[in-house]
Amino acid sequence: MKKLTTLLAATALASMMASAAWSKTLVYCSEGSPEGFDPGMYTAGTTFDASSRTVYNRLVEFKHGSTEIEPGLAESWTVSDDGTVYTFKLRPGVKFQTTEFFTPTRELNADDVIFSFERQYKEDNKWNKYVAGASWEYFAGMGFPELIKSIEKVDDLTVKFTLNRPEAPFLANLGMDFASILSKEYADKLEADGKMELMNQQPLGTGPYTFVAYQADAAIRYKANPDYWGGAQKIDDLVFAITTDAAVRAQKLKAGECHIMPYPNAADVSGLKEDPNLTVLEQEGLNVAYLAYNTLVAPFDKVEVRKALNMAVNKQAIVDAVFQGAATVAKNPIPPTMWSYNDAVEDDKYDPEAAKKMLEDAGVSGLKMKIWAMPVARPYMLNARRAAELMQADLAKIGVEVEIVSYEWAEYLKLSSDKNRDGAVILGWTGDNGDPDNFLDTLLGCDAVGGNNRAQWCNKEFDDLMTKAKATADVAERTKYYEEAQVIFKKEAPWNTIDHSLVAVPMNKKVTGFVMDPLGIHRFDGVDIAE
Amino acid sequence: MLRFILGRLAVLIPTFIGVSIIAFSFIRLLPGDPVMLMSGERVMSPERHAELMNQLGLDRPMYAQYLDYLGGLLTGDFGSSIVTKRPVLDDFMQLFPATLELSLCAIILAVCLGIPAGVLAAVKRGSWIDQTVMGAALVGYSMPIFWWGLLLIIFFSGYLGWTPVSGRISLMYFFPPVTGFMLIDSLLSGQAGAFKSAVSYLILPTIVLATIPLAVIARQTRSAMLEVLGEDYVRTARSKGLAPLRVVGVHALRNAMIPVITTIGLQVGVLLAGAILTETIFSWPGIGKWMVDSVFKRDYAVVQGGLMLIAGVIMLVNLIVDLLYGFINPRIRH
Amino acid sequence: MTVIESKAADPKLAEGKAPPSGLSEFWFYFSRNKGAVIGLVIFLIILFVAIFAPFVAPHSPSVQNRDMLLVPPVWQAGGNWGHILGTDAVGRDILSRLIYGARFSLFIGLVVVTLSVISGVLIGLVAGYFRGRVDTFIMRIMDIILAFPSLLLALVLVAVLGPGLLNAMIAISLVNQPHFVRLTRAAVMTERTKDYVVGSKVAGAGTLRLMFLTILPNCLAPLIVQATLAFSAAILDAAALGFLGMGAQPPTPEWGTMLAEAREFIQRAWWVVTFPGLAILITVLAINLMGDGLRDALDPKLKRS
Repeated sequence: MKKLTTLLAATALASMMASAAWSKTLVYCSEGSPEGFDPGMYTAGTTFDASSRTVYNRLVEFKHGSTEIEPGLAESWTVSDDGTVYTFKLRPGVKFQTTEFFTPTRELNADDVIFSFERQYKEDNKWNKYVAGASWEYFAGMGFPELIKSIEKVDDLTVKFTLNRPEAPFLANLGMDFASILSKEYADKLEADGKMELMNQQPLGTGPYTFVAYQADAAIRYKANPDYWGGAQKIDDLVFAITTDAAVRAQKLKAGECHIMPYPNAADVSGLKEDPNLTVLEQEGLNVAYLAYNTLVAPFDKVEVRKALNMAVNKQAIVDAVFQGAATVAKNPIPPTMWSYNDAVEDDKYDPEAAKKMLEDAGVSGLKMKIWAMPVARPYMLNARRAAELMQADLAKIGVEVEIVSYEWAEYLKLSSDKNRDGAVILGWTGDNGDPDNFLDTLLGCDAVGGNNRAQWCNKEFDDLMTKAKATADVAERTKYYEEAQVIFKKEAPWNTIDHSLVAVPMNKKVTGFVMDPLGIHRFDGVDIAE
Repeated sequence: MLRFILGRLAVLIPTFIGVSIIAFSFIRLLPGDPVMLMSGERVMSPERHAELMNQLGLDRPMYAQYLDYLGGLLTGDFGSSIVTKRPVLDDFMQLFPATLELSLCAIILAVCLGIPAGVLAAVKRGSWIDQTVMGAALVGYSMPIFWWGLLLIIFFSGYLGWTPVSGRISLMYFFPPVTGFMLIDSLLSGQAGAFKSAVSYLILPTIVLATIPLAVIARQTRSAMLEVLGEDYVRTARSKGLAPLRVVGVHALRNAMIPVITTIGLQVGVLLAGAILTETIFSWPGIGKWMVDSVFKRDYAVVQGGLMLIAGVIMLVNLIVDLLYGFINPRIRH
Repeated sequence: MTVIESKAADPKLAEGKAPPSGLSEFWFYFSRNKGAVIGLVIFLIILFVAIFAPFVAPHSPSVQNRDMLLVPPVWQAGGNWGHILGTDAVGRDILSRLIYGARFSLFIGLVVVTLSVISGVLIGLVAGYFRGRVDTFIMRIMDIILAFPSLLLALVLVAVLGPGLLNAMIAISLVNQPHFVRLTRAAVMTERTKDYVVGSKVAGAGTLRLMFLTILPNCLAPLIVQATLAFSAAILDAAALGFLGMGAQPPTPEWGTMLAEAREFIQRAWWVVTFPGLAILITVLAINLMGDGLRDALDPKLKRS
């Protein structure tokens, strides 16, 4: 098998060499190795950038640079009045990629769509466990196994999804990476050859770029898909140069070894901006970092105490020290780039004096509390320990003694969900699909208490709004509910909202057509390099 | 000789079983469970959690898991990564050549510089040459190599811009791995400039990784030479009026080499430990970085399998050194 | 620390080998090695600074001066005398952190050497004295430990125990200890058959007495040299673990941890990267210089030449 891959790669090379004379190559210094190339099995953005956003397409796609959806492999769709039946009309004439390892004989049809989903939840599907330990985290995480009643083929180009209940975010969910459409024909061939594991190593889809080769921990190579239904790409070759260290990525970018890099060190951004050959795109990420009190434990069950603690923390100082300014102070639990963000909400003002008084009025003195600091850096919180130290210093000024605790990451995630947890926990969230429900209900709904709801906060009024918003597909109406929910949230203060980090993408000035994506993914369709 | 070899092998088997027990049990003792990590901030339902634990076989009794694991080892199955779902052995085979290439270059550099430096220091004992060489060796020996690597990057890559920052070869070049050694593959590829590029990427990591072995070899060579130079036969040779170069080169060096060769053999473990740091700094896609990443990702299966494979490599090299030594120096055999 | 230990050990050496005067002979050979004396002096300075850190350091190692983020060292434009070596990303004084860091490094070295020497010597004595199955068993376990690259084993151990300074020290002690076992065992095995031991045995000395009072003192010389090496190795390993994020945790001003924290500033602020590493190098170098001197002074084979 090794031999064969080598041979295949060699032919791939030969064909690349042939066009080398006028090939235009874009090099992207990616932040890590993909976990694999089958997007259904993974949850990391790194993996999605390398698989679902380059090689694959979905029924619906997010518009470039937005969280709105637009037709993808489905040209159009209809939703039944009760909101439980979605019928998709597939785009006709969509070709799967032709690669050195597979030549498709037919175009996209309903079988491919059904295959792509069924393998993720039908245990009798041969592809459900095609590699050891295969699991479909996102599919399960978005509640699809309970949600989907059936997926049926109406005709070659029509697929019908029947749901068990109405679910407004369903369409947005279909734009997510796990919902990528694979080729059933390719799958059948791999199965016949007894090489099913290759599905995860040599991906083949309908997307803008064709997979060429993966050099473990070093590089991934793609070339433009000439048959792409959305039109041919302007660059010929796309290379992901895997560079895990952010400082090194920045150096490579400066040295011209790559054209685009994600996730620069906050400290490096100003230096990169000064470089005449580079530009830095910036946008608020679809994320939030928060400090969640345990609202079930005294004295944090009192709103006044939570408010007082919120007022005692200088959040701007955290943003400055942890992000070197590459973040904005958060006042709502959802980021400003998301629809229904309520800008009218006013944040708790930083005022230690008032906070001290408020605490006294609440009858709390000599308060000792724990603040949990995450052991890892996440996009929304680069250094939780540093943030916790700053909070510790701020809270000391109003007479609150803070002990900073931390646990190993998996432990941290587990223990922080515990209803009896002692202390306030620093954590955050990165949005999956741009739907406010994905933040508000997931993180603050009553069902999530003891789980994602780290504040263990269950507010009837808030929860009712969530239920109402889920039941309707009318965006204007949903917006109203979510805006109101944010007001309740601020009044009740189950969290101290800390920040939304700014996502920066430094790139060479020669690169054109790259658009920042609020979902944090990196897409290269439509990107070009000026000569 | 055969009995000697068999004896060594007999010792190897219990050691290997011990290694497997250690690798296996360590990983089971890790706090936090890998299933939690798979979903990140998103909390999993207890049912889903139990299902995944079951799927990964983590809910079975410890001894049953171990026996399964041992059975797998015998058939060459070192388990599959929890993160990438790829077989550990495949990943190891793919990444090991990178580490091997780096280590070989480092040891060659260390030997080529270390032995002459040591001999020179010994011959010129007490002179400024000796003092400089030994001073430098001691600094090298005391070097925190992770810092040394960063300094070299700042200076050569950042300030001077002479060497690339990280990786194995410029992305301009792409050819299928034949041997897995970038230097050889780049030559085989026939692409102009590929070899030069591979060399430029290799230089800094090689220097960093070679630093400690170089220092150790230089020091060892010097003291071995001093000892031999003090022996009667060398003095005799000298008094007979043989040319100094001949004395040093032919008589002394040959005998001084025996302890030096052992020292070189012992550097394998040092190199692999150094590779962990060097590869992390230079993003060198080898097994050292792979192990560190896996420890952080809590990828049970990879840490476990990797520990086994790396220990296996070290044991194998030690065995070869042992056998060679027994071959050169028959007294050891008994 | 090592010096005190070696001096204390010397009279015992004298008892076994009976050179003219142990201490003065030791100092004679030690001081002949210029490097060793320099190393000793540097080491004493570091020791002094570490002990009196609160009086020596110009600032607290943990106070963050938020108006002074990433201030360069005094000799660079923008530096000032308030922060001679500059400040880090949250405005802490680097010099003060380095001074306090010396405490951690020396403490790590001390604890690791103590732990690994005590356990290693005990196990080695047992193995070397009793031989047979006990010996085989012990040596097999040591082989197993040595089959792993030390840093990798320590890394995995710390991952198991949980990242932190204490656990890092335990892990490093464990991977260091086989060297002491082997050394002690080898020494005991050679001493065991010598006349003075056999004599004591015939005279009716008990096993413990033979092991600890008769044999052990005569194996001390190589152990002391090895202990010095282990001391510097421990500092390096702890720093490496800290650098990999598995040693002391921020905001502890441990040098390796400081380096790890500083990595993101490699382009912007060379001083936060350079000084912690320099501190490690100087300390380790001083100890290794002393180690060479000790070896010259204690190793009879080299004295002869």
